[in-house]
Amino acid sequence: MPETPGRNAIEVRGVRKVFGTGEAQVAALDTVSVSIRENEFFTLLGPSGCGKTTLLRLIAGFDFPSEGEILLYGSDIAPLPPFKRPVNTVFQSYALFPHMTVAQNIGFGLEMLGKPRAEIDARVTEMLKLVRMEKLAKRRTSQISGGQQQRVALARALAPQPKVLLLDEPLSALDYKLRKEMQIELKRLQLETGITFIFVTHDQEEALTMSDRIAVMSSGKILQVGSPRDIYDRPAERFVADFIGETNFLSAKVDSIDGGKARVTLKSGATISATLPDGFRPDGEATVVVRPEHAKAVKGAGDLSGEIDNVVYFGTDTHVHVKLDGGELFTVRQQNARGAVASFERGERVGVVIGDDAAQILKD
Amino acid sequence: MAKRFTIRHQTGFTAIAAACFVLLYLPIAVLVAYAFNESTSVSEWGGFSLRWFVSAWNNVQVIDASIRSLKIASSAAIIATIVATMAALATTRTRAYRGLTFKYAFINQPLMVPEIVTGVALLIFFSQIKVATGYSGLGYLIAAHTAFCIPFAYLPIRARLENMDLTLERAAADLYATPWKAFRRVTLPLLWPGIIAGLMLAFVISLDDVVITEFVKSGGQDTLPTYMLGQIRRGITPEVNAISTVFLLLSVVIVTLFFFMSRKRD
Repeated sequence: MPETPGRNAIEVRGVRKVFGTGEAQVAALDTVSVSIRENEFFTLLGPSGCGKTTLLRLIAGFDFPSEGEILLYGSDIAPLPPFKRPVNTVFQSYALFPHMTVAQNIGFGLEMLGKPRAEIDARVTEMLKLVRMEKLAKRRTSQISGGQQQRVALARALAPQPKVLLLDEPLSALDYKLRKEMQIELKRLQLETGITFIFVTHDQEEALTMSDRIAVMSSGKILQVGSPRDIYDRPAERFVADFIGETNFLSAKVDSIDGGKARVTLKSGATISATLPDGFRPDGEATVVVRPEHAKAVKGAGDLSGEIDNVVYFGTDTHVHVKLDGGELFTVRQQNARGAVASFERGERVGVVIGDDAAQILKD
Repeated sequence: MAKRFTIRHQTGFTAIAAACFVLLYLPIAVLVAYAFNESTSVSEWGGFSLRWFVSAWNNVQVIDASIRSLKIASSAAIIATIVATMAALATTRTRAYRGLTFKYAFINQPLMVPEIVTGVALLIFFSQIKVATGYSGLGYLIAAHTAFCIPFAYLPIRARLENMDLTLERAAADLYATPWKAFRRVTLPLLWPGIIAGLMLAFVISLDDVVITEFVKSGGQDTLPTYMLGQIRRGITPEVNAISTVFLLLSVVIVTLFFFMSRKRD
């Protein structure tokens, strides 16, 4: 993993969270360590039950770790109750107080901190402006739309100027178009406020478009941490490659290793060059992954060869399914640029050209 | 497509519903009508008059019993509601554990034990305390009423708490509210309709009680229901109808008030 520049806002060190006792014990988090930098948009990505929400709850203080520490700018906050942590949460259900107006909701945190009235009012006005809700300040939260509730929840959590903002799948209740809008809005708010955001989602597209860095989680563990491009182009494990985007898995035999690259022989007998995960030295069998859009189907010879199994047209692009000579299926995705589309017949012999750096070896 | 089962479209539904309404409300309607009877009979109409309302108003015993009833009912309802609120918080704001069901049963015990048993038990118990302390005031009745009012206050409060989104309290804590402030500013305001419902239910249940009151009361501690029961034994006049009508009006007003209050809050 690359060296961490700048200060860390949150450092999670060896945190375990176990639910239940004895035989029925389940580890929701299995010795997780991760550092989240100041001012970064950090995403915890994984399927439901992977432990991402548990980790968020531990940082918020709604639950306490069974083992390990959570440092906020160097001091351990793990034993503190939530009301003593300078960390605020945007809840999945928004959890707006139904008996208060929009403005009262936004001012609640500051009021609890005992700020003077004038300061609260000024800050509430500022927050309403930030989320473009000035006109609805006096409304009850039941009288505004889902997207507006989302904005109020954000403003309420940002108003006390927390050191870290936690967002628990905040966009999942919105419809597609609104979700797209809010993604841009969230990114804007993060840049404008300069607050560290920790965002939990199971939506890989959301994670890729919004994050500075992503941690992919599965079964209570963090599998890989990296920039969206790292995670997408250089998945280190099968789960990461499979969970994010579509990919082709090919079994291979490692012939030789040279620096960060390896020469591998595929089932069909073809040999290609593939990138190794950091610090990983495989011997013998390995799995190679290639993203469908990083390969090209051509008439004539390529790095791999096979015959056309199926061609599916998707409008913006076309998926070409090739049955490789070794028997494995391989999907190629090509953009439907004008005049650039070669047409293939079922059963036609084709070559598959794998782009430079496109093949990646997995750790498992 | 198979026809969906809707209870409203079953044969006889309308007739049964109508019969229920008639059985429930006709006797009450008759009672109210005869409260305005000129004659001394509760079954023969002798013309319209308010004389029985005036007579009840001038009857010192009626006024005494009414005031006593209201005193007992309001004290018992308030105490029972406070206890019930705490009990409801303790039994809902916790993870399920062994013995929780037992606690529910324990709190709701007065609903299960026959009133006559509680009445006799309290009679014996209180008479010993009376001997020991010499105190013979309304405290015994208030204590007894509080005990059987608790489950009635508890049920609506618990229902309200169970439907309340726990995330709201979590959000308050997240926004720097201490547990007490979170309770004061978030839980309690949202719980009010449940508390008011519990209070009113407890009040009405206490106001209405005959069996336990009959056993526990000392001499000269008649509540309105026990007074009316005593009166009926001696021969009934429309005065009883008039008193009942006033109390009916009172409960209608309470229920209506509650209805509008809870509607405003939601």
